[in-house]
Amino acid sequence: MGMTVVEKILANHGEKETVEPGELVKARVDLILGNDITAPVAIREFKKIGIKKVFDPERVVLVPDHFTPNKDIASAEQAKIMKEFAREQEITNYFEVGRMGIEHALLPERGLTLPGEIIIGADSHTCTYGALGALATGIGSTDMAAAMALGETWFKVPSTIKFVYRGELNQWVSGKDLILFTIGEIGVDGALYQAMEFTGPVIRKLSMDSRLTMSNMAIEAGAKAGIIEPDEITYAYLEGRAQRNYRGMFSDGDAGYSQIIEYDVGEIEPQVAFPHLPENSRGIKDVGEVPLDQVVIGSCTNGRLEDLRIAARILEGKKVHPRVRLIVIPGTQKIYQQALKEGLIDIFIEAEGAVSTPTCGPCLGGHMGVLAKGERSLATTNRNFVGRMGHPESEVYLCNPAVAAASAVTGQISSPEEVS
Amino acid sequence: MAEMKGKAWKFGDDIDTDVIIPARYLSTSEPEELAKYCMVDADPHFFNKVNKGDIMVARKNFGCGSSREHAPLSIKAAGVSCVIADSFARIFYRNSINIGLPILECADAAEKISQGDTVFVDLKKGVIKNETTGETFYASPFPEFMQEIIDAGGLIDYVKKKLIEEK
Ligand code: SF4
Repeated sequence: MGMTVVEKILANHGEKETVEPGELVKARVDLILGNDITAPVAIREFKKIGIKKVFDPERVVLVPDHFTPNKDIASAEQAKIMKEFAREQEITNYFEVGRMGIEHALLPERGLTLPGEIIIGADSHTCTYGALGALATGIGSTDMAAAMALGETWFKVPSTIKFVYRGELNQWVSGKDLILFTIGEIGVDGALYQAMEFTGPVIRKLSMDSRLTMSNMAIEAGAKAGIIEPDEITYAYLEGRAQRNYRGMFSDGDAGYSQIIEYDVGEIEPQVAFPHLPENSRGIKDVGEVPLDQVVIGSCTNGRLEDLRIAARILEGKKVHPRVRLIVIPGTQKIYQQALKEGLIDIFIEAEGAVSTPTCGPCLGGHMGVLAKGERSLATTNRNFVGRMGHPESEVYLCNPAVAAASAVTGQISSPEEVS
Repeated sequence: MAEMKGKAWKFGDDIDTDVIIPARYLSTSEPEELAKYCMVDADPHFFNKVNKGDIMVARKNFGCGSSREHAPLSIKAAGVSCVIADSFARIFYRNSINIGLPILECADAAEKISQGDTVFVDLKKGVIKNETTGETFYASPFPEFMQEIIDAGGLIDYVKKKLIEEK
C-alpha cells in the first residue's frame, strides 16, 4: 500500500523506507518556532541541558507576538528573555516589534515554511503551515528545548482523514467557512490524533491566504496536522520567497486513509460559530438576532491581505454601527503596509474602525480589545472558548472577514448581502 | 527499566488532567509534592495506597485537557511504573514520554485487566501479562530511542546524555 503525504514526510525525515500509522519515529526537523509565551520556558529547559549552542541558529525562529508591543512589565520581562537568547545564539530569525507579525502569518510570508518540510512550534496553531504542504504541528516547551539542541524530535505517525471539496463556492464563502463547516460536521475531536488532508477541485482553486486559514484551524478539530499538497498556486506563492531548497511531497494513489469525507461546497453558506466551541457552526441564515459590542478582524486565521481586502470592500463608504467597536489588526507589517498602499486602511478609518499594529492581542484576551462582563464580540479568529477574549461571562462568535465587516456596520451578526 | 510488575489500579474513560492533578495544587512543580495529590479527586487515598512499581490501567482518551506536564509528573512520582490505556490524549502522550513515564496503548489489556490484578509489562516486546488471570496481551513495542528517553529519566536528561556521548 502507498503512503499519504504526511507518512511520506515522516518516513523521509526519519530515514525510513515506509512508516505506518501508530508507529513511533524519530525525525529531523527543518524549523522550530517559539513565541513570547512558550519560548521563555523552552529557553529555561534548554539551559538545563548544558550545551552552549542551538543545533542551527537559522532554523530556530523566535517571534514575540502575543503580548507585544509589551503590554505590561511581566510580558516585557518574558520578551527580554527571548531577545537576549536570540542575541547570544545569533538567531537571525528573531523578529522585533516593527519587523514582526503574528507568527503564523509572518513565517509563510518570509518563505520560512516550505513544502515537504517538518516544522514544529511551541504553539498549537503551528499546523497553519500545512497549507504549503509541510508537516507542521504544535509541541510543548520541553519538546522545543530538546529539538533546539538536537535538531530532531519524535513523532507518532498519525492516520489521515481525507477531505474532498467539490462544487462551486457560493458568494462570500471562503476557506474560513469551509473549515468552520467541516469542524461543525466532525466535531472538535473529530480528527483527534490524526492528520487532515484537504483536497479536491475546490482546494486546487483556493487562494494561498484561504488555504492558510483552513490549515490554521485543523487543531480545532483535534488534528495533529492539516495538510494541502503543493501545486501551481503554492509554487507561485513561494517564487522569490522560499529561503531554502525544498521538495514537495504527495500522497500515493493507493495511500491508506482512516476515512474519506466528501463535501459539495454549493451547500455551504458563510458560517458563524456560536459560543463556546468552534464546532457550534451554522449557516448565516440560521443565526437570528445577535447584537454586538465588538468586531475583530485579524489574527493568524484571518489577518492577511485577502481578508483585509474583502473587509474593505464591504466597509467602503459606510460607518461602523455606533454601538460597535471595530478593531482591525493586519497580520504582519508587510500586510499593514500593503493595505496602506491600497487605501484599505483609509477605508477602515473612514468607517470609524480602529487599526492596530500587528499583534495577537484580543485573540487570546491579551490586550488591544479585551471584553467586559456580558459583552459580545464577533471575530475572524479561531477560538471561541469561555473567556477567550476577556471576561469569563463574555461571548465570542467566529466568522469570515466579510461577515465581520457587514456585522460591524449593522451592529448585529449579518450577511454581507445585507449591506452590499 | 524495560520490565515492570505491579498491582493494577483501574480507572475509566476520559480521565482528564484536572482529575490527575487538580489545578489548585499546581503552585509547585516539585514531583514529590505533586505525587501527594495524584488522582486525589478520583480516589482521595490513592497516594497512600499505591506501591512503587504499580501499574495504572485506564480506558479511552486518558490525560485529555490541559497541556500541563505536572500530570504525568505526579503519576510518575507517585511510584506508578507504567500506564496502560485504550488511548491517550495527544499532548499527554508526548509529555509522558518527555518526562520519562512509560505508557502503552492496548485496548484489549485495558478492558480485561481488573482492579488489583498483578500485571507484568515488557516494554521492549510490548507484552502485557495479567499474572492473576494468565492472559497475555500485545501492544506495539517501545522503539529503542523511546526506551532510551525513559531510561534517561526524560527528554532533557536524554539529550544531555546523547550530547555527551557524541563528544
Ligand atoms: S493570533 Fe490568536 S490563535 Fe493565532 S497565534 Fe496569536 S493568540 Fe494564537
